[in-house]
Amino acid sequence: MTEYTQKIREIAKKLLSEGKVDVVIGFREGTVPLMAEPCLVSDPAGVDQLVFNSFCGVNLANYLPRRKDRIAVVAKGCDSRNMAQHIAENQINRDQLVIIGAPCTRMMDRRKVAAAVDGKDITSVAEADGRLTVTGPGFEKVLDRESVLQDNCAICVHVNPVLSDEMLADPLPEQEKDRYTDIREVEAMTPGERYAHFEELLSGCIRCYACRNACPLCYCPTCFVDESKPQWVGKSIDPTDTLTFHFLRAFHCAGRCTDCGACERACPVGINVRQFTKKLEKDCKELFDWEAGMSPDVRPPLDTFRPDDPGKFIK
Amino acid sequence: MGIDPGRLHFSWISSAEATKFVDVATKVIEEVKALGPADRFVKEKAQVA
Repeated sequence: MTEYTQKIREIAKKLLSEGKVDVVIGFREGTVPLMAEPCLVSDPAGVDQLVFNSFCGVNLANYLPRRKDRIAVVAKGCDSRNMAQHIAENQINRDQLVIIGAPCTRMMDRRKVAAAVDGKDITSVAEADGRLTVTGPGFEKVLDRESVLQDNCAICVHVNPVLSDEMLADPLPEQEKDRYTDIREVEAMTPGERYAHFEELLSGCIRCYACRNACPLCYCPTCFVDESKPQWVGKSIDPTDTLTFHFLRAFHCAGRCTDCGACERACPVGINVRQFTKKLEKDCKELFDWEAGMSPDVRPPLDTFRPDDPGKFIK
Repeated sequence: MGIDPGRLHFSWISSAEATKFVDVATKVIEEVKALGPADRFVKEKAQVA
């Protein structure tokens, strides 16, 4: 990981001092441990704040839409797929971007780390050889990396960037995983059970919209939940309003979501928001053999028509 | 999403297919009536004391 940090700094310094880009978007250490934060550097003297570690979970593709300048951006596998998606959706031009590809060793979940030390204050973390050493006042604990991975990272099958101009390392081996065990469980429920399951899942939702704000796909100038003329969805935390918000948001992401986990990571109450987007991801895979963001040149299934599109549900 | 399959119908009807429209509309009404009033995705009006 420190190699990545070194390389990112070198590349950023080179690109900025040669005037090839106006800004570099990467990560720097957050103000608290386990939280790397996004960071925009436009001065070559500032590149030393850039880092890369296992807490760089934020999806940097979220910072690209509507930018007019030339940008170098650090991209993990999922970030790069969202960038490809942005290019396909005309949110950014490929020639504006210098993509610094980071074959991802998968990100860790700060909540799982906190739970593993019983919520004690963590003052520093160090990574080495697949282990994470967590220290705080009066304790030190070594955790196995695999046990604290983010849920979406644990089942990730595309850790390598699909687009890149510079690579920080050689591509890593991809794992084979059954991604949809949890979704099949929900599919097997009766409609009544499923409704109850979703109501229970969302019972903690405070409608803060952090999931939407963290999502790289949610770049609409005015989101349907903020619209007041007409007001599409109630603004209360009535379960019906909350369900409507989550279902509609998921449908807006259908065929576009790369399961980067941004929504879930951002949720302050720890709702498994990915249950919604993942069902649609599964449907797109099964019905259209489609995985979002694998190439900026292929049109997504929901904006193309093919005579053989599945239509069994139409009577 | 938890909607009863009987409440959601998709059909492709041309403007020239009046009889098909009637058939589908009748069938939809029958099926939904058989299910009774919906109790999901229903929002109660705010109760003011």
